[in-house]
Amino acid sequence: MADTAVDELETFRAETRAWLEENCPPSMRTPMKDDEIVWGGKREKFKNPESKVWLERMASKGWTAPQWPKKYGGGGLSPAEARVLQQEMSRIKARQPLFSFGLWMFGPALLEFGNEEQKQRFIPDIVHGRTRWCQGYSEPGAGSDLADLQTRCEDKGDHYLINGQKVWTSYADKADWIFCLVRTDTSVKHEGISFILFDMESEGVEARPILLISGESPFCETFFTDVKVPKDQLVGEVNGGWQIAKRLLQFERSSISAGGFGGTGGSGIMGPEDYAKQHIGTDSDGRLLDGDLRGRITDHKMYAKAFSLTVQRQAEQAKAGQAVSHTASILKYGAAKMNQDRHELLIEALGTEGLGWEGEGFDPTAKKVTRQWLRSKGNSIEGGTSEINLNVISKRVLGLKDHK
Amino acid sequence: MTFLLTEDQEMLRDTAMAFARDELPVTHLRQLRDSGANGKDPATRQKLAELGFFGVIVPEEPGGEHFGLVGLGQILEAQGRTLAATPLLQTALIGASAIQLGGTPAQQAEWLPKIAGGDVTFALALDESAHFNPLNVATEAERNGQGYTINGEKRYVPDGHHADMLIVVARTFGEAGDRHGLSLFLVPADAKGVSIQELKTADSHGAAHITFTDVMVGEGALIGAADEGADVLEPVLDRAAIGQAAEMLGSAQAAFDMTLEYLQSRKQFGQLIGSFQSLQHRAAKMFTELEMTRSCVAAALSAVDEGKTNVAELASLAKAKASELVHLVSNECVQMHGGIGMTDVADPGLYMKRARAQEAMYGSASWHRDRYAKLNGY
Repeated sequence: MADTAVDELETFRAETRAWLEENCPPSMRTPMKDDEIVWGGKREKFKNPESKVWLERMASKGWTAPQWPKKYGGGGLSPAEARVLQQEMSRIKARQPLFSFGLWMFGPALLEFGNEEQKQRFIPDIVHGRTRWCQGYSEPGAGSDLADLQTRCEDKGDHYLINGQKVWTSYADKADWIFCLVRTDTSVKHEGISFILFDMESEGVEARPILLISGESPFCETFFTDVKVPKDQLVGEVNGGWQIAKRLLQFERSSISAGGFGGTGGSGIMGPEDYAKQHIGTDSDGRLLDGDLRGRITDHKMYAKAFSLTVQRQAEQAKAGQAVSHTASILKYGAAKMNQDRHELLIEALGTEGLGWEGEGFDPTAKKVTRQWLRSKGNSIEGGTSEINLNVISKRVLGLKDHK
Repeated sequence: MTFLLTEDQEMLRDTAMAFARDELPVTHLRQLRDSGANGKDPATRQKLAELGFFGVIVPEEPGGEHFGLVGLGQILEAQGRTLAATPLLQTALIGASAIQLGGTPAQQAEWLPKIAGGDVTFALALDESAHFNPLNVATEAERNGQGYTINGEKRYVPDGHHADMLIVVARTFGEAGDRHGLSLFLVPADAKGVSIQELKTADSHGAAHITFTDVMVGEGALIGAADEGADVLEPVLDRAAIGQAAEMLGSAQAAFDMTLEYLQSRKQFGQLIGSFQSLQHRAAKMFTELEMTRSCVAAALSAVDEGKTNVAELASLAKAKASELVHLVSNECVQMHGGIGMTDVADPGLYMKRARAQEAMYGSASWHRDRYAKLNGY
């Protein structure tokens, strides 16, 4: 890198540091609490008022979406500047001001495939957290075989008419808008899918939360009955939605493997070795008394370390312009396995302490582990099952052929 | 830490890959085996010397430029691909590291140029039982008037059947199991009282049991401080484990490539067997493990060159992951080849045999998992 570029980056660092120092409210420098995560949208309550201030300030600089173009409200930062911003935020332990499917999945896809009018209309509201988006992909009959989706979208001349059902729609009951895969041609499979956007308050839309084994309801069944959608809300070409859908899945898999959503992490939960030490004990050399569990914890920790080194290695290679083929599937597969193994070990190390559900008598953190353990079972199902990811690796990376 | 090679390291890697492919293919190991050479290969040693591979971690001037362990790791990986039997791990890595870390200026001036030129080869005589346990040394080195008298027995010394010099780990104080009291000695393999029993091993690389009976060495044979040999030995063993892991990564990669090729060419039921999902998924899992292990090996190699404080932890990570990987892949290689995989004429079995020898050196997967846990405080 040229010296001037280095100087400019250091100037940017100094300015960023000063701005964050000035503008990041004190409580936004403490570990995120589960109920203070800001998802934005019309119904956002901002339980902690400082999180509203923080979001507004960050959004005004476009720093909720640091690398998106300025003309749509993004930060317009270079990758190097975005890294500096991330480093400076980590330095003061600043919270992410906004969690958003719009930022992680829909926005990047719209920037790539949307027309100018659509980008002007939707991107700034994502940056500012004014619109909360949900994802209408899976259907009761189309899970791993997503392209088999049947939700109908008929051209009625001056509008589209949508009828059908989606399932596993994350937070559909809390979202303002949906990006949705619909069928515009029933005679073909992949080539008959379109990508369309509509308001969740449209007449004929109903979202019902699904109670999961974890006792929580992050997903909904979503029903569409004669929903009218203006024609300018279809993204890309009619019947050209599958390309957009696949690209968006790559963004989704990357953000899942980067720990973007799913569990919120942290929350005072310790490692399985810590709970094992506490509940099982150690010998005079400090070794866990349960040698078998100790070995399995080590297997897991080594896997986790190898995984994070692989994320680093691939990031470095990508930065240096080296080919990193289908990274997302490898990392998505590994992340699911890692998170599930971790929670199996946590629950095992906790013993009966890990069996609390609600009320008194159990450590609150342990009760959180119990819920997260059950939630983690979805990691190998959502966003492409592990089996589908193995298919992708074997076909696209290893070049193995389909059965004739 | 960086995972990227420098331009010089890239060139070294390309040279090493081409050399292994052209001069040391698996058929070369077969020839050594079938001719009874048992891993002894003076012609290859000569070629390695001409390529400068012995001096990859030795700068020409003290403190000068060199390729580092990252560079040597590329060569070891290349040789692992073809199961090549060469003196590089023992000499270019272990011998050079021991002299660099523990040698006096006089010892460094004497030995490092000879190592770099390929004029001398080394073997580390450490283990005394069937399992790696570096402190469990009973071989004694007793002070006499002019130096030390060494008595004891070492088992399964890699390259012990052809090395010029032995680095003998002996006890000058305390009892087997004590960290304090270990000392390292340079002993010529042809010294009086050194008795070498050549071993024919499953991997066709060979090794030796070595007995020391009243072997006399001078004060100048001591590497590092008397009784404090573990201070030199431990970092040398970490580097050896990392270098061995790099070799194992190469073996696993080659066995995987061979398997993938077979999946894409063998037909049953009118289909390529690689179109069967049960095999596809196993191949995909192997690939994921391969990529993750590659990250671990690269991180460990570069941590040594950058003088990081977590070398021991990364060495254990790399060696344990590489062990699991190479067994997984070599076993799947045999299984997916079916009956042909069981025959001597096919290569999969050679990878499976070598994998066991690789695992036994410098700590098995379970030895390193145990140490990893200890280093992480549980």
